[in-house]
Amino acid sequence: MSILVIAEHDNKELSPATLKTLAAAQAIGGDIDVLVAGEGCQAVADEVAKADGVSKVRLADNAVYGHFLAENLGTLVAELAKDYGHILAPATTTGKNFMPRVAALLDVAQVSDIIAVESADTFKRPIYAGNAIATVQSEDAIKVITVRATAFDAVAAEGGNASIEAVDTVIDNDKSEFVGEELAESERPDLTAARVVISGGRGMQNGENFHLLEKVADKLGAAVGASRAAVDAGFVPNDMQVGQTGKIVAPELYIAVGISGAIQHLAGMKDSKVIVAINKDEEAPIFQVADYGLVADLFDVLPELEQAL
Amino acid sequence: MKILVAVKRVIDYNVKVRVKADQSDVDLANVKMALNPFCEIAVEEAVRLKEKGIADEVVVVSIGPKAVQEQLRTALALGADRAIQVETDDMPDSLAVAKILKGVVEKEEPQLVILGKQAIDSDNNQTGQMLGALTGMPQGTFASKIDMADGSVNVTREVDGGLQTVKLQLPAIVTTDLRLNEPRYASLPNIMKAKRKPLDVTTADELGVNVARTVKLLKVEPPAERSAGVKVADVAELVDKLKNEAKVL
Ligand SMILES: Cc1cc2nc3c(=O)[nH]c(=O)nc-3n(C[C@H](O)[C@H](O)[C@H](O)COP(=O)(O)OP(=O)(O)OC[C@H]3O[C@@H](n4cnc5c(N)ncnc54)[C@H](O)[C@@H]3O)c2cc1C
Ligand SMILES: Cc1cc2nc3c(=O)[nH]c(=O)nc-3n(C[C@H](O)[C@H](O)[C@H](O)COP(=O)(O)OP(=O)(O)OC[C@H]3O[C@@H](n4cnc5c(N)ncnc54)[C@H](O)[C@@H]3O)c2cc1C
Repeated sequence: MSILVIAEHDNKELSPATLKTLAAAQAIGGDIDVLVAGEGCQAVADEVAKADGVSKVRLADNAVYGHFLAENLGTLVAELAKDYGHILAPATTTGKNFMPRVAALLDVAQVSDIIAVESADTFKRPIYAGNAIATVQSEDAIKVITVRATAFDAVAAEGGNASIEAVDTVIDNDKSEFVGEELAESERPDLTAARVVISGGRGMQNGENFHLLEKVADKLGAAVGASRAAVDAGFVPNDMQVGQTGKIVAPELYIAVGISGAIQHLAGMKDSKVIVAINKDEEAPIFQVADYGLVADLFDVLPELEQAL
Repeated sequence: MKILVAVKRVIDYNVKVRVKADQSDVDLANVKMALNPFCEIAVEEAVRLKEKGIADEVVVVSIGPKAVQEQLRTALALGADRAIQVETDDMPDSLAVAKILKGVVEKEEPQLVILGKQAIDSDNNQTGQMLGALTGMPQGTFASKIDMADGSVNVTREVDGGLQTVKLQLPAIVTTDLRLNEPRYASLPNIMKAKRKPLDVTTADELGVNVARTVKLLKVEPPAERSAGVKVADVAELVDKLKNEAKVL
């Protein structure tokens, strides 16, 4: 049976999470089609057609999909799903929003946030904030799956040459509509795809002080993240939260500054390759997972670090 | 307006679970259980809407064995008016929970259904969306703000790129994110009062829902443990180690 991967994008560019989801699809095995649903998103279809291992791109280009409303997208994918054995999407806020609707419309379970493919019907997924890893087997005829992108290596973005076919199905609804959005503008790399992430916690004391982190981030080409406490206190916006209930990151280098290391925070970053913790409390639990710990005042360390890089 | 809030009994968020030696599941014997934090936020939001005079009744529902009554009492102590337990032997999966909730929605006809965005045990993040698809109701997931209007609700959602606002016609589904509100603590008098509030028990059978699972749990393992590394004396040593030992700079 073939696999349908739902591309994640902003109508202009393909998100790197899609290439990682394609890697999960390859691990399952079978022909892989990709659905690009959006508005004015031909460029995204052209981009994903070049990705390694894609057989066919299905392009649903219509205003009704422009903001990825779950009501429209969920129904569209459920209609297309009948031709496939697996439906995969990245476990981003977009994927998490519409995929369970697809599962419910097909009357099947959803296997959320998989981190490994054991076979075509058996997968591993973290539960309890990553403190346990469950191996689950799905008996459903169509398997609806969201993929934790950080757990898979992206397929090559170039080299493929898939055909692009238009999907004419238009699904609209009169119960939900897009009103507006406030998207974070940043020149920095995306948190979930960056090679280096530096995050600040309650220890930063206020939003102003995050400039100290940003200066270090600029030197490292890093993304800037935060703990829940820093977001709740209003130091930085919600899209910067790393953790069980925020974003999952697994960079080569993660630097935690003024973060104590609660299990909910660790759940979002403990698969990073190298972890550095900077904290003035030598008992802070973050040191139990850090490869390199520096017990010191962050207000001394950050300017020094910026100089030293 | 009536609001229905679905609440789940989960392990307390402070407890670090352990995997059973035979790897069949996690060990939940004698661990502290609590109301899922996102459900607590859901109850708080409903109670605030009632206090503002926008809602006139807050009904809470939980699905599971008798023990879930404890969390229903907590929700009643936080200000809900009445509770429903849908009795099942163990915890059914999200789709079954959504089907059961659909049955409750058909009976109660709420204008707003509020759920947590995810249960902190399964971390599934799917029940509200499934209920949306089954009932045909629109959804506002990961809500950090809700504004009720006449016949509709504006929901501000926490998304990966920032914030998004959608307008939903009622009846609608909202799932809560962390920033929606800060739940209150139940006062002792309210805990006492909660004991006398109505709590009805029904079953999945009575609602005509089959709770059979299609996903089997084969095994549960502990994650790869990270061991603590070394402490460095100063920034110079840190940079040196990152360059020459870890080779990440
Ligand atoms: C349902 C739920 C979901 C959650 N989800 C998440 C999540 O996704 N992500 C997340 O991060 N949290 C999450 N949390 C919250 C989590 O439990 C912790 O409360 C939070 O991570 C703590 O943030 P913190 O480490 O910044 O703050 P604190 O625990 O207050 O730690 C601050 C640290 O800064 C250090 N410090 C202070 N000043 C200095 C200084 N000058 N120099 C050096 N060090 C200093 C202190 O020693 C301390 O260790 C969740 C909680 C719940 C209940
Ligand atoms: C293979 C497998 C085996 C499992 N085995 C067990 C087991 O042995 N024991 C066990 O306890 N769990 C088990 N689970 C987890 C259990 O199935 C979940 O409780 C279930 O999936 C229901 O919700 P959720 O956690 O997925 O909800 P989410 O979608 O993560 O939760 C979102 C919201 O839905 C609502 N909600 C969810 N569940 C309920 C409920 N029961 N009542 C009322 N509202 C609710 C709440 O508002 C909650 O905040 C297992 C899961 C799988 C996949």
